[in-house]
This record gives sequence, structure tokens and C-alpha cells, in this order.
Amino acid sequence: MVTALKERTTMDVTAPSHHNDRLESILSVNNLQIFYGEKRAVNGISMEIEKNSVTALIGPSGCGKSTFLRSINRMNDLIPGSYAKGEIIYEGLNILAEDINVTALRKEIGMVFQKPNPFPKSIYENITHALKFAGIKKKSKLDEIVEESLRNAALWDEVKDRLHSSAYSLSGGQQQRLCIARTIAMKPNVILLDEPASALDPISNAKVEDLIVDLKKDYSIVIVTHNMQQASRISDKTAFFLNGDLIEYDRTEKIFTNPSVEKTEEYISGRFG
Amino acid sequence: MNSRTADRIATGVFIAIAIIITAILAGLFFYIFVNGFKYISFDFLTTPSSNVRAGGGIRDQLFNSFYILFITMLITVPIGVGGGIYMAEYAKPGKVTDFIRTCIEVLSSLPSIVIGMFGLLVFVNTTGWGYTILGGALALTVFNLPTIVRTTEDAIRAVPRDLKEASLALGITHWHTIKTVILPAAFPSILTGAILAAGRVFGEAAALLFTAGLSTPRLDYANWNPFSDQSPLNIFRPAETLAVHIWSVNTQGLIPDVEAVSSGSAAVLVISVLIFNLAARWIGSMIHKRITATK
Repeated sequence: MVTALKERTTMDVTAPSHHNDRLESILSVNNLQIFYGEKRAVNGISMEIEKNSVTALIGPSGCGKSTFLRSINRMNDLIPGSYAKGEIIYEGLNILAEDINVTALRKEIGMVFQKPNPFPKSIYENITHALKFAGIKKKSKLDEIVEESLRNAALWDEVKDRLHSSAYSLSGGQQQRLCIARTIAMKPNVILLDEPASALDPISNAKVEDLIVDLKKDYSIVIVTHNMQQASRISDKTAFFLNGDLIEYDRTEKIFTNPSVEKTEEYISGRFG
Repeated sequence: MNSRTADRIATGVFIAIAIIITAILAGLFFYIFVNGFKYISFDFLTTPSSNVRAGGGIRDQLFNSFYILFITMLITVPIGVGGGIYMAEYAKPGKVTDFIRTCIEVLSSLPSIVIGMFGLLVFVNTTGWGYTILGGALALTVFNLPTIVRTTEDAIRAVPRDLKEASLALGITHWHTIKTVILPAAFPSILTGAILAAGRVFGEAAALLFTAGLSTPRLDYANWNPFSDQSPLNIFRPAETLAVHIWSVNTQGLIPDVEAVSSGSAAVLVISVLIFNLAARWIGSMIHKRITATK
């Protein structure tokens, strides 16, 4: 398994991705520090992220939660001068190591961004784009995955008659669900969501939330959110970040009803942030 | 002066500037067309030029202009787009990259007559080719290449960053992302830049005087063997382009109908650039619609 991720370049997308053994950890973070040049954005955090659950990362802007999220699939590599110390263990492997095959890693740990960012291609091609790169060329197989992932993203009924229209013809909420569909089409193990509903209207927001809850039976989900209600509605565990530190990490009910740390209490009750 | 008056004055000034620019352009086109249009005929376009008698056409010059443009673009577009991709996606910010960028800018602003002299030295004398289409195309490459590099770099940088992130986050490699996401999104801007560069190449005379020469051998348009001296496709033959022809008949022409030939040629040159621009834009928007699935 350890060498697999290092050598794997394509992934068998037909492999079953059901992980029903609850409470098992999928990611172990040990003393993770993230720097942008001289500045330290995340100060040595450690936490376990559970399989098949929704983990919410909350905290005021600039607290390091998005930086942490983006380090899990190495998107921070794109930012010049950024580097990380410590470990994030996934399948027994430190994914922060130099020799990790970042491309293979991102197939297993997918990401959905704050602003819907579909490709300027058709709805169909938005989903097949990465599949084709992963080596799936057969039309019938592609059709099947497109339908399946659009169904799983609760978008199929709205777009099935116009799969070949531009993705830009969709509404913002539909675009975001398309971005989720395109991520789950790759059958990742983990899905990272960076404030996925913050740019959407309330109805689209609710649809995306329902979808996230739905997805956790097949995927492990880590979500960054500014919206306290959202965190309490959809997550199983919540981590509260402040100034680059992990202040408190516990079951969501516990965090929202009876937090152990005063700062958490102040934040969730809206006294700052 | 209150802000509303200032706003009105600013609006007025900008409208005036726009009108002046449009008027100059319209006046220029009008002048060229009125003077030249009456000389354009099927014969004018399809007969070879004459050195002494009246009634010569511009057949070879017109062909040479397009052919040199084609060869130049064949060399500059792949290399220029490649250079632009390097500058936008791979070059690490720093002194070396800044130096390369400065070189590119200086290169693109060199006077074309200087590039012509350079071309004479290198592509004509050092290579021993004499005046050739290839020599002319390479001289044009010297100032065309930086333009394409710069345009491509700007076009790629203008592609929203989140598209690139979206593709990389799906486990797609950098190169495949460039090929399938970034370049298609940058395509309309790259095309516009290439058209502008092509317009400059098409109308260029100074850089070609000493590289492609002032003469054209007797061409046989039925001869498609690119190694034959009479073949229009031979890239190792001298070739006078339309722009050079306008210059040469005006300065050293012995023909009695200099006025007719130069005015007609000027009109043909302008119309060609115009058609070329419109066609390229139309084709570009067709391709763009195909790849982005917009109707």
C-alpha cells in the first residue's frame, strides 16, 4: 500500500469504495505546521479524521483552516514559497513527503472549491475530462459514470436532456453540484470541500448540504465552513481553529452544546469572528 | 468645479478621442479605397508585374505576401506559443525570468530596418542562400516571435486560476491541464494576438528588402515541386512581397502607370488584411464554440 501510492498513476475507478467500518480513521495529522515563506499559518496541529463521516473545520478568516484543508491534497504546492512540516498519514503513508505522486494522491483525495469552477466545456465533458485522462476511453463506460455521478450529485434530473450544453448555462448551485459530480466520478476516498455553499443562494445551499450528508456513506468528507448552522447540521465532528491553532476538536453536538474551551464557546455564540 | 461637471467633461473628452480615432481610420480606408479600388480588376490580380510596360499586375507579389506570411507563422506560432507557455507556467519568478522578459520586449521593439540588416548578414550572406523566402520569413520571425510569446503569456495568465486548480485537484498532470484546460480557454486571446502579429508581418517591407529581395523569378503555378526554381512553393527563391512592391515601384519604378499599380496594390493589401482578420476571427470563434460547447 505504501509503495502503491508512490507508483500508482492511474486508478481503477471500478474498485468498490464502500468503507463501512465506522470510526476508523482515514487521515492522521501529526504536528502539522504550514508556512507561507516566513509566516507560519498552521502551528503544529494533530487530529484524526474519521472514515465515512463529515468533519467540519470552523474558525474566523485567516485561522488556517483552508490552508490545512488545501494541504491534504497538496494544493498548497501551487503557492510559491509555501511548505509544510509534520505528517499527514493516509494509508500508512506521509502524503507530505517529497516523493509522493501528487497526481495519484489527488485522484484519491478530491477537492471542491468555494466558487463553482466548472470547465468551459459541456456538462458531459466536465465529468469525462478527468476520466479520460485516467484512461477510460470507452463511450458506454463514460456514459455510465456520467449518469451515475450526476445522479449521486442530485443533478441528473435537471440536466439529463442537455448533457452537451455548456456547463456555464447552469445556475451557480447546479454548477457546484456539477463540480461535486466531477469529483465523485473519480471515486476518491476523501472529498475536501472548501466552503462549497458560501457562494450559493439558500435553496442551492440546502441542496448541496443534503448532498454532502448523503455522500458520507461512500466517502470521508472534510468541509471548511463559515456557517455555524451548516457545521452543526451536517457534520459529525467539528474542529475549531484560531490563529493557526486547533483549539478544540470533538463530536459536533458536544462542540455546539457544551464546548470545553471558552474560546470555542465565544466563537460559536458569535461573540467574535 | 463640482464632480458632476468633471464627470461630464471626462465623458466628453473620451467620446471626442473615440471619434477622432474612428475618423482617422475611416478617412484612411476611404482614401485608399477611393484611390485604389478602380484599379483592381481580375487582370490586375492575375497577371505578373511588368518592369517597363504599363498594365502589369501583382499576381506574384500577392502570392509571395501570403506565402511568406504562412511560412513565418509556421515557424513562429509553435515556438512562440511554446515560449509563452514556458513563461506563464514553468518559469520561476526571479532575475533570470525577468532578464528573459526584458530580452523579449527589446527584441519586439527593434526597428524593422535593423532586423533587415541583421537578416542580410545572417540569413542571406552567412548562410549563402542569397535572397530567399526562408530568409525573409526568418527575419520576420525575429520580431514576430516575441509578440507571440508575450501574447500567449498574457493570455494564459488571464485564464482564471480556479480552472487550473479544478483540473489539478482531479489528479490531472500539469501538462495535460495546460493542453486541455488552459490553452483552450486562452485560445481566443492567443488567436487575436496572432492575427495582429500577422497583420504586421503582412504589411512589413523594411525587413524584407534585404532578405527576400526585390525580385521574383518567372513562376509557373502548375509546378508544385518545391525544389524547382520556377515553383511558387520553392522557399529558396527570391520573392518580392506586395508591401515591398509598393515601395519599389514608387521609388525606382520605370513603368508609366506607377500611380495605378501602387494605389491598386495598397488597396489590395488593406483589403487582404481586413479579410484575413475577419476570417481568422470567425474561424476562431467557431473553434471556441466547438471546444466550450457554447451555442
